[in-house]
Amino acid sequence: MILTFLISLMLLQVPGGDTLSSASLRDPVRANAPERVSPPEENEDDIDVGEIIFEHIGDEYEWHITEWKGKPIAIPLPCIVIDGGVHVFTLHHAEENGYTLNEDGKLVNAATGKRPIDLSITKNVLALMMSSLLLLVVVLLTARWYRRHDALKEAPTGLAALMEPLVMMIHDMARENIGADYRKYSPYLCMAFLWILLNNFLGIMPFFPGGANLTGNIAITLVLALFTFFIVNLNGTKHYYKEIFNPDVPVFLKPVMPVIEVFSAFMKPVSLTIRLFANMLAGHIMILSMVCIIFIMAKYGPLLSGSMTVVSVLFGVFLDALECLVSFIQAYVFTTLSCTYIGLARQKEE
Amino acid sequence: MNLVTPDFGLLFWMVVIFGLVFFLLAKFGFPIITDMVDKRNAKIAQSLKDADEIEARMKAWSQEQARLVEEVRKEQAAILREARETKARIVAEGKAQAREEANKILSQARTEIAAEKESAIRDVRRESATLAVQVAEKILRHELSDRGSQRAFIDSLLDEASEADLRS
Repeated sequence: MILTFLISLMLLQVPGGDTLSSASLRDPVRANAPERVSPPEENEDDIDVGEIIFEHIGDEYEWHITEWKGKPIAIPLPCIVIDGGVHVFTLHHAEENGYTLNEDGKLVNAATGKRPIDLSITKNVLALMMSSLLLLVVVLLTARWYRRHDALKEAPTGLAALMEPLVMMIHDMARENIGADYRKYSPYLCMAFLWILLNNFLGIMPFFPGGANLTGNIAITLVLALFTFFIVNLNGTKHYYKEIFNPDVPVFLKPVMPVIEVFSAFMKPVSLTIRLFANMLAGHIMILSMVCIIFIMAKYGPLLSGSMTVVSVLFGVFLDALECLVSFIQAYVFTTLSCTYIGLARQKEE
Repeated sequence: MNLVTPDFGLLFWMVVIFGLVFFLLAKFGFPIITDMVDKRNAKIAQSLKDADEIEARMKAWSQEQARLVEEVRKEQAAILREARETKARIVAEGKAQAREEANKILSQARTEIAAEKESAIRDVRRESATLAVQVAEKILRHELSDRGSQRAFIDSLLDEASEADLRS
């Protein structure tokens, strides 16, 4: 229901968003530029690069797309807070409902200054919904192809031909790393890989359906890592737990090893979380910084700003290409490590 | 600090949405794709194995075939040779038989000719006898026109006849 509400909202906003998307398409690197930045003659102060960047990599209560003739174009999103009852409102009506934003840009109760349980459909949640829906549709359509065609007699075409190598890459990885029951775990690995890959790519896209920094958000990567953590530890074999709590080591190491092993078991999801989060976040920050250079240099005269623009556009293109690579690598690394962890947990005694 | 503090709302939605999509895809998405592709891979592997087997069998077959052809050729040569021999023999036999037949016919012809000749001679003899008798008759008729000689002749004939009776 929430989704249909959002989609209808999005449809209302389409005319403004559309023109911008096509404008951004023509120059994707420039489209990364924070549109809120005004030219220096209007704003004599230095541009706050930090604020611009943080606005782009952070979360918002509405999806700010751009500014058009002085008016902000944004998709209004429902704020849902549970604070002695469920309250639903848009950000514009936050004050009327007794909520205000704190210095971190989060909703707080205006009276008490405390954070309520905040289940708002923020920019990231909307992006999460859209990308997940997209993935769901894409994979179900692919599955439908296999259900409708005899794969033994026909080569996959269209979407199936695109998805098959990706899915089978992960499936084969699962088969090589996990034991006999790899089929049980391969769907999770496929899901994690495709989901991260899709969202990494959507994150690089500078205009509306993408642009949300999902995989560079620690909450998202934490949930992904926790999925892996629970799958690993709920499916651990006796051998796996023996290796943790009673490994084959000299007696004087016996009390130490479980501590180290338990710590290591908990560090695995943490490292998964931080690796993906930091890599994607760093990439976004680098690209945004490159774009911001253009605007910072604007006040240093045409020669300097012109040449720096060329440089930063070139670097921006390079970093965007690099980000595409990193997007794939990080999705692959996350999946490979999850796969290895599951493989270790499923090890049988030799 | 905002960046590294997981936001509860996002955590909640991520768990719900990711979990839901994962559940749906794990049930209706990935297993269908992977099962089908695995099945296809197995079929391809099987087909390759079959192809190898068939190739080996074909090779054996072709060897067998070559052997058979060779054998048949040998047999054919033998049959041809035999046929040639038979032909020669038959021709020779035929010739001999023909010669024999010819000889037989010739000898038969010869005997027939001899018989014919004999009968012809006999005919000629008979004819000439008849002619002689007729001639004699005519001569006799002419000679016996006068009575005296007639009587003399009859007497001689009677003598002769009686002589013949006496002798017998």
